[in-house]
Amino acid sequence: MTPFHCVTGTAAPMMTPNVDTDVIMPKMFLKGIDRSGLGEGVFNLLRFNAGRPNPDFVLNRDGYRDASFLVVGPNFGCGSSREHAVWGLQQLGIRALIGTTFAGIFNDNCANNGLLTISLDAATCGALADAVSDPASNRLTVDLEQQTIRIEGGDGRSVPFGIEAARKEAFLTGRDAIGSTLAFADDIRAFEARHRAENPWMF
Amino acid sequence: MPGRTLYDKLVDAHVVRRIDDDGLVLLYVDRTVLNEYTSPQAFAGLRAAGRRVWNPSAALMVVDHVNPTAARRTREMPDVDAARQVDYFAENARDFGIEYFDIMDPRQGIEHVVAPEQGLVMPGMVIAAGDSHTTAYGAFGALGYGIGTSDIEHYLATSTVRYRRLKTMRINVTGHLPLGVTSKDIVMEIIRRIGADGATGYAVEFAGPAVRDMSVEGRIVMSIMIVEAGARGVVVAPDQKVLDYLEGRPRAPKGEMWDRAARAWLQLRSDPDARFDREMTVDAGEVAPVVTWGTSPDQAIAVTGQVPDPENNAAAVRALSYMGLQAGTPIQSVPIDFAFIGSCTNSRIEDLREAAKVFRGRHVATGVRAIVVPGSTQVRVQAEIEGIAQILIDAGVEWRQSGCSMCLAMNDDILAPGQRSASSTNRNFEGRQGPGARTHLMSPAMVAAAAVTGRITDVRALIKEGAQ
Ligand code: SF4
Repeated sequence: MTPFHCVTGTAAPMMTPNVDTDVIMPKMFLKGIDRSGLGEGVFNLLRFNAGRPNPDFVLNRDGYRDASFLVVGPNFGCGSSREHAVWGLQQLGIRALIGTTFAGIFNDNCANNGLLTISLDAATCGALADAVSDPASNRLTVDLEQQTIRIEGGDGRSVPFGIEAARKEAFLTGRDAIGSTLAFADDIRAFEARHRAENPWMF
Repeated sequence: MPGRTLYDKLVDAHVVRRIDDDGLVLLYVDRTVLNEYTSPQAFAGLRAAGRRVWNPSAALMVVDHVNPTAARRTREMPDVDAARQVDYFAENARDFGIEYFDIMDPRQGIEHVVAPEQGLVMPGMVIAAGDSHTTAYGAFGALGYGIGTSDIEHYLATSTVRYRRLKTMRINVTGHLPLGVTSKDIVMEIIRRIGADGATGYAVEFAGPAVRDMSVEGRIVMSIMIVEAGARGVVVAPDQKVLDYLEGRPRAPKGEMWDRAARAWLQLRSDPDARFDREMTVDAGEVAPVVTWGTSPDQAIAVTGQVPDPENNAAAVRALSYMGLQAGTPIQSVPIDFAFIGSCTNSRIEDLREAAKVFRGRHVATGVRAIVVPGSTQVRVQAEIEGIAQILIDAGVEWRQSGCSMCLAMNDDILAPGQRSASSTNRNFEGRQGPGARTHLMSPAMVAAAAVTGRITDVRALIKEGAQ
């Protein structure tokens, strides 16, 4: 996965609650056997009208086309488990999502790919969304090491955020989760033997 | 030490080792079921890293999402992309030594219908799979939960998943289900009350007399659909009904092993003094059939109600405009174009029996197209034996082959923009049943009622009429 240290870029507000993964990655883009072409798919039905960019969609507006961050509403990523949604966001250039709550599977998928999700309280998130709604103050620096989000324009405010130590470490190192788990292969084998003895019908 | 919840017991029994002090553990996973659209990149990852599957016999592969459901089944996938996915799926099954139900297999069907049907889901198991509705298995006292493709790959390579323990919520359902009200209505009512993120971060235990009275299939409906409130795991304490469901299934233990397993399974329950992070109670007797009016499963009302006033809530305003509805309209007056009975939520034999009761002696309204897609090929055969298929056909319903079909419309079962459907599925998201399509979620009996009247209808009125 892509490591995440400190990224500066444009943030776009997208405060609708319950943005589901069907909306993030519509079904027409789920028929591949690899991860290609999903940048076109992401938010496709919102971004395009009959093949043309929809001028009302935030990522098609001046000052937001190259967004690296989205400031999002509650329960972002709910619905289907499709990881294509995360791959697509990354292919569009999104490095972090800043919101209040993220749906469980989606959040795990983000972590597994190095797309940082940051949870703030509703008031702080709302204030940040207001700030980035003005193109004059829509550049942010997300510093994972320091756990801060700094508004580059405007009043230059900085907002702290929390993250579990293991998650932070994983984002900073971009480690291969499977590789690190396989280092515990002996533990897995020992567990499996015990588990099989206790529940032979499961095997 | 205070008592433990069933959820905590299942997690504890599967912890291989702790990873950090914040509750992250390496969790052993007993089984998975793989489908053709969320698994390809996981296998590609294994291939690229030269890794093998840790325990191929713990996995099952079944084609369900992209296949057509036309009445005459053939091996051909008319869509080239779907064909490539299915070919690659078969190749992965062969190369990694995993059991595979292809499209012509008499055991084929939607993964969450097939796995219990085969007896692959047993109380006490942890099952993680690449589909959010893997929570279905909670109905058996197994901890099922959905994972993305990276975690599928992680599971395949290690038989484990990195797991952070959830908070627990017990939902007690008291009272008795009134006539015409189903487990689908109960779970939709719960989602309406707690919201689309009301159970985010929680594992839900369903309990209470109405749950104990419910059939195993009724519990599956609740276990699947509560995902639409954000639940990431579901458990229901297994009882004699679960044993009766499992006994004799192809993969269920037999003989002396069955007796041992059954004894262990009946011990699986939350301790009486276990504490939950949250509790809620719903009186089943007060629930009416529920219908969604918007584009999120919590945007729902009783069928007797009116489309609510969005009151400047931007999301509700947008939902009403997408759905082409006006505030204040009685939901019962809304005409439909399409009726769909299917999906892992409501495509089992009991669902089809309930629908057939409404269709019997009636006919699909002029201008409405109705299709029934059984959850598995076995359900299809059973419905034909019971005469249900004939009742549906006589009523003018299309009787189809099994698959996910119009639940997510990845195949050719797809609505045109602006078309409105009454649907027994679980998601009414924008574009879910086709770009611009308008979905109203409800129980299968309610879908049947809408199909025969041509508009959203309180099925209880038809039940009364039928009884006269
Ligand atoms: S029927 Fe629908 S919800 Fe169920 S597995 Fe298939 S697509 Fe997913």
